[in-house]
Amino acid sequence: MLEHFLENGEVVTSVILFGIGLAALLLHKNLIKKIIGLNIMDTAAYLFLAAQGYIEGRGAPIVTDGVTRMDAYINPIPSGLVLTGIVVSVSVTALMLALTVCLYQKYHSLNMDYIIMKMRKEEE
Amino acid sequence: MSKIKKDYEHTFFGKLERWIAGENDVFYEDPEPMALEEREKKAGHNYLAYLEQIPDVGYSYEKAKAYHYIYRILTVLMGVFIVGTLLYVVYFLPPFGDADNPVNNEVSRRYIEKGMEETGAVNIVAGMILDYRAFDTFGESNVLFIAASAVLLLLKAGDGAKTAKSQKEIGMKEDVILQRVTFILSPMLFLFGIYVILNGHLSPGGGFSGGAIIGGSLILFRNSYGYEAIEQFFTEKTFQNCTLIALGFYCLAKSYSFFTGANHLNSHIPLGTPGDIFSAGLILPLNIAVGIVVACTMYSFYALFSKGGI
Repeated sequence: MLEHFLENGEVVTSVILFGIGLAALLLHKNLIKKIIGLNIMDTAAYLFLAAQGYIEGRGAPIVTDGVTRMDAYINPIPSGLVLTGIVVSVSVTALMLALTVCLYQKYHSLNMDYIIMKMRKEEE
Repeated sequence: MSKIKKDYEHTFFGKLERWIAGENDVFYEDPEPMALEEREKKAGHNYLAYLEQIPDVGYSYEKAKAYHYIYRILTVLMGVFIVGTLLYVVYFLPPFGDADNPVNNEVSRRYIEKGMEETGAVNIVAGMILDYRAFDTFGESNVLFIAASAVLLLLKAGDGAKTAKSQKEIGMKEDVILQRVTFILSPMLFLFGIYVILNGHLSPGGGFSGGAIIGGSLILFRNSYGYEAIEQFFTEKTFQNCTLIALGFYCLAKSYSFFTGANHLNSHIPLGTPGDIFSAGLILPLNIAVGIVVACTMYSFYALFSKGGI
C-alpha cells in the first residue's frame, strides 16, 4: 500500500495540498488568509490534472519533425483543462478580493467574526 | 534571537509575526505607538472583548468560546475525513505516468494524430482549445471580462467611488532607478508578449500567457511612471473598446463556423502550411482576441485595486 502511495507521489501531494488549503479556508478568521487557502486548493487541482496527463518518457504536445504518432506525446487534454481552471481561479480571486475591500471600507476589519457581530448589531 | 531587539515590534518580521497571529492593520504605521492590548481595545478588533461590551446579542462569553472550540474540532475532523477519503481513492488510481491509463483514450489519440491535419496548428493544445473547443475558450474570455466588470462595479460604483486616491496617497514616488529600468524593460516585455501571442499555434504560449505578459508590462510601466502617464494611451474607454471589439470578433468568428464548418461541411478558411506564421485558419486571430482581453483584464485588476478606478 505504501509503495503505491510512493509511486503516486504527485497525486498524494495534491491531496495533502487540498487538505492544507481547506484547513486554511475554514480555520482562519482573516478574510485574506481564507482567500489564500482557496488558492492553495486551486493549486492542488492543477497539480492533480497535470499529474493525470503526464506519461513517462514522452514529449510536450507540440508536433516536432512531423511526427503525429500517439506514443510520442503526452495527453493534451488535461493541459487545456488546467488553463480553464487558472482563468476561473484568477477571476474568483479578484472578485473575492474586491468584496473584501468593500467589507473593509465599511467595517474597518478583516476579522470575519467581528464583521458578522457588527452586521447583527446593525440589524437589531 | 532578534526578539531581544528593543523595537522588534516595529521591524518587518515583528509585524509579519503579529499579522500571522491574527492581528489586523499591523502594516500601517501608527502615529503614536501603543501597547498591543491598548491598540486592540481602541480599534475594537478583539471580538471577544467586543462581545463582552454588548451583552444583549444573546451569547455569553463562555458560550461563544465553547462554540469556537466545537467549530475548530469539527473542522479538523471534517478535514481529516475528506483527506482520508481522497487518499483512499488515490489507492485505486492507476499508476502515475503509465501509457495504458484510462485517461489516454481515443479522444487524445484523435487530437494528437489528426490535430495538425484538421486544425493546421503545430501546438496541439492550441489547436484543441481554439478550434475543437473554441466555445469553451470563448466562455473563459467572458468569465474574465465579467470578473473585471464585477470588480469595477464593486470598487467604483459602491463606497469606493469617493476613495479614488491621488498618486501621493497611494504612496507612489518618483524612483529614478525604477524608471530607467522600466524604460528599457517595458518595450521588450511588450514585444515578448506580442511574440508569444503571435506564435501561439507554433510554440508553447498563446493568448492567455502572452496577454498576461503584456498586462505585467503595463503594470510595471504604471508603477514606475504613475497613472497619469499611462492614461495618455490606456483609459477606461480604451479598456471598454478593446475588450468589446475582441469579444465581439471572437463571437462572430465562431458563429460563422456554426453555419459553414459544423456538420462536416467545409469551413472555407484555408489552413495553410503547418509551421507558417499565417496558418491554422482562425487560430491566430482568435489568439490575438484572447490576448487583448487577458491583457486588459490583468491591468484593470491592478488599477482597480490600487486606485479604485481604471
